[in-house]
Amino acid sequence: MSGPSTYVPGSAFERWLDQRLPIMRLAHDSFLAFPTPRNLNYWYTFGGILSFALVVQIVTGIVLAMHYVPSISGAFASVQRIERDVPFGWLVQNIHSVGASMFFLAVYIHMLRGLYYGSYKAPREILWILGVVIYLLMMATAFMGYVLPWGQMSFWGATVITNLFSAIPVVGDPIKLWLLGGFATDNATLNRFFSLHYLLPFMIFGVVVLHIWALHVPGNNNPLGVDVKSPADTVPFHPYYTVKDAFAMAVFVLLFAAFVFYAPDSLGHPDNLIPANPLVTPAEIVPEWYLLPFYAILRAIPDKLGGVLAMFGSIGVLFILPWLDTSKVRSMRFRPLARWGFVLFVGVCLALGWCGGQLPDKAVYQSGRYVQTFEYRTAAGAIATGAISARTSAELERRAHAEEARIGAAMITMHASVAPFQIKVVQLSQMLTLYYFGFFLLLLPILGLIERPGRVPDTIAKAVLKDAATAERSA
Amino acid sequence: MRRGMLLILAAFCCSLAAPALAASEARHPHPQAWSFAKPLGTFDQASVQRGYQVYEEVCSACHSLSALSYRNLGDKGGPFAAYRAKNHETGAEEVRIGPSAHGGKFISPNDNPAVKAIAAKFDVSEIDGTTGDIVQRPARPADRFASPFVNEAAARAANGGAYPPDLSVITRARHGGADYIYALLTGYGEAPPPGVEEVPGKHYNPYFRGGWVAMAPQLTPDRVSFTDGSPSTPDQMARDVASFLEWAGDPKAELRKKMGVAVLGYLLALTLLLFFAYRQIWRGEKH
Repeated sequence: MSGPSTYVPGSAFERWLDQRLPIMRLAHDSFLAFPTPRNLNYWYTFGGILSFALVVQIVTGIVLAMHYVPSISGAFASVQRIERDVPFGWLVQNIHSVGASMFFLAVYIHMLRGLYYGSYKAPREILWILGVVIYLLMMATAFMGYVLPWGQMSFWGATVITNLFSAIPVVGDPIKLWLLGGFATDNATLNRFFSLHYLLPFMIFGVVVLHIWALHVPGNNNPLGVDVKSPADTVPFHPYYTVKDAFAMAVFVLLFAAFVFYAPDSLGHPDNLIPANPLVTPAEIVPEWYLLPFYAILRAIPDKLGGVLAMFGSIGVLFILPWLDTSKVRSMRFRPLARWGFVLFVGVCLALGWCGGQLPDKAVYQSGRYVQTFEYRTAAGAIATGAISARTSAELERRAHAEEARIGAAMITMHASVAPFQIKVVQLSQMLTLYYFGFFLLLLPILGLIERPGRVPDTIAKAVLKDAATAERSA
Repeated sequence: MRRGMLLILAAFCCSLAAPALAASEARHPHPQAWSFAKPLGTFDQASVQRGYQVYEEVCSACHSLSALSYRNLGDKGGPFAAYRAKNHETGAEEVRIGPSAHGGKFISPNDNPAVKAIAAKFDVSEIDGTTGDIVQRPARPADRFASPFVNEAAARAANGGAYPPDLSVITRARHGGADYIYALLTGYGEAPPPGVEEVPGKHYNPYFRGGWVAMAPQLTPDRVSFTDGSPSTPDQMARDVASFLEWAGDPKAELRKKMGVAVLGYLLALTLLLFFAYRQIWRGEKH
C-alpha cells in the first residue's frame, strides 16, 4: 500500500504468522495505519456504507435462497411463505428488497461525489473504471433479482429488457434466445436469472476488492483535489475514519430501518404483487426507481436500436470519462463553470428519473385546450356550427360522443380536432438526454480548455489550517 | 416463434405508448380512517373478525385466499387468536377468542377451538393412501384456505370469462390498498358519464380501472348477519372486509411496527453515541 509498512508484530505468534502469511500486516496497513487525507467530508463515507450494503444484501440473500423456490409455479407462493411462515422471514425479505434501493441510493451519491471532486482523474482512472464495472454488475444483479418474485413487473420487465437485445443487428436474436433460455420468458429464464443473481454479487465482491486495492495505491482523493504531500496532510484511517464512517453508517441505517419497518412496500410497484401472467400486459411497465433515468433515455430515442445504444452509451461514456475531462484541476470546488454544469447534470438525472416513470405521451406543458368544431342540423332544418374544447384528447373524445348522442349522429358532422402546443414527456426526455451526453462529450472537454479555475491550495494542511483560523476568528 | 416475438414487441410498444389508457384511468379512492393506517396503528380485531365473516359468506364463493392457512386466523395477532385465562369471578379456566386484554396463555392455532370450527366448515381433497383415490375430508387448521375453483379455467368459465383474483395480498397489489377495496365495494350504482359505452355483462364502477368490472355489486344490506350484532350495512361490511384483507395481506404488520420502535430507538442511541465518539476522537485534529 502507499508508503512503507508500519506494522510491528505484537506477539511471538504474530511474528510467526507474519513471516508466513502477512495478513495482519495487510489489515494493519490497509485499514488501521492507512494515511488518509484529513479533510474528507461526509460525502466520502459512502464507500464504507456501500461495503456494508453489499454484505447486507449477500447475507440476507443467502438466507432467502434457502427458502425461495425458483420455478414459475412456486416462486410467487414461496415469497409469500417466506413473509408469513419463515421465522422473521418478513424481516429478511424486507431488508433485502429495501436494501437494493438503499444500495443504489448510496452508489449514486458515491458516483456523483467522485464526479464532483474529480476522483476519476490521474492517477485514479482504473479505480473509477472498476467502480463503473461494479455499477454495471449491480444493475444486472438488481434487474435479475426483481424478476425472482415472479410478479407481473418481474415477468414483463424481464420480457421487455431481454427484448432490447434483439435490436442488435445479426447477433441480437441469438443473444436474446440465450438470455431467455427459450423463445419466451419462462421457467428457463427464471432459473438462469436465479443462478446469475446468486453469482453476480460475489463477482461484485471480487471487483470491490480490486476497487479498494486500486484506491490504496494512490490513496484517497479529497475535496480539495490536491495530492497528499506530507504526513501533516493525513491522519491514520483508524480511529479517525473508522469512527466517522461508523457515525455516517448509523445515520444511513436509520433511514434504511425506517423503510424496512414502516414502508417496506413503498419503493416497489404494487403490480409485482400480482402473480405473473403472460397473457395480461400491465397498464404500465416500469423498472425500479433506480433504473428509471436509463429507461427514460431508452424511450427518448424513437428508434429501437438507437434507444438501446443510447441507454448503454449513457453508462459506456462513464468508462472514458477520465479522458474526456481535459481540466488539470480535480475538484470542481475550484472550477466555477464546471460546477454549475455539474449541478445542472444532477438536476437532469433526477428529471430523467421522473420522465422514466411517466407515460411518454403525457404533456409536461400545454399551451391551451383541444378544440373540435362541428356542424349540425337544427330542429328548424338550418345548418349551425358548434365547438367543444377539453384539456385532454380523451376528454374531448368523450365530449364529442356526448354531443353526438345529444344531437343525433346522423345530424352532425365532426371536423378534425385541433391539438394545442404541447411538450410531451418524450420530448422533455430528449432534451434531458441531450444534456446528459453533452455534459460528458462537449462540456467537460471544452470547459477544461476555456475555464479559468480558482486558486487551488498548495497543500491540504495549509488549507485546513487556514479554514480553521478563519472559523476561529469569526467565532 | 414469429408470433411470440410480435406479441412481445407489441407489448413493448404498448409500454412505450400507452396514451389510450389515459381514458380509462380510475377514480382515486378516498382515504378512510383505518386504525392500522398510522405508523404505529394496530388492527381493529373486532372489525377483522367481522371482515372474515364477510369473506367466508360472500367473497369466498369466487375468490381464493391461497397464501393463508386456517391456522393463520389463530396466530398471535390474528383475529381468532385464543388465550386460556382464569375468570376472576367464577375462578374457572376459560378460553377467550380475540386479542387478549389481560394476558392469559396463548393456545396453539392447531388446538384453537374457533379456528378448528372454521376449518371444519370446508372440505379439502386429499389422496387416500390405501386406494389412491382423491377423497374429500373436512379441513384442519393446518390446511390452506379452500379455493372455490379447481383452476383458473374453471373460475373463468363460472364467471363469464373474468378471473376473480386471489385476495391473499390484494391490498398490497392495488394502488390505494384498503381504501381501494372499500371504494370499489361501495362504488357501484353511479351512472357512467355521457359518452362512455356500456359493456354488456359488466357493471360500472368508477374506481375500477377501465370503469367496467365483471363482479356484480355484492354487499347489499343484510347480506351478512354479523355474529356480534353490528349493523349489516354495505358500508360496515366493506369496511370490515377491507380490514380483514389488509390483515391477510400483511399479518406481520403489527409485529413489524412494534419491532421498528425498538430498532429505531436502539439505532438512534447508537448514532448519538457514535457522534460523540467522533467529536471526541477528532477533537485535537483540524479538518
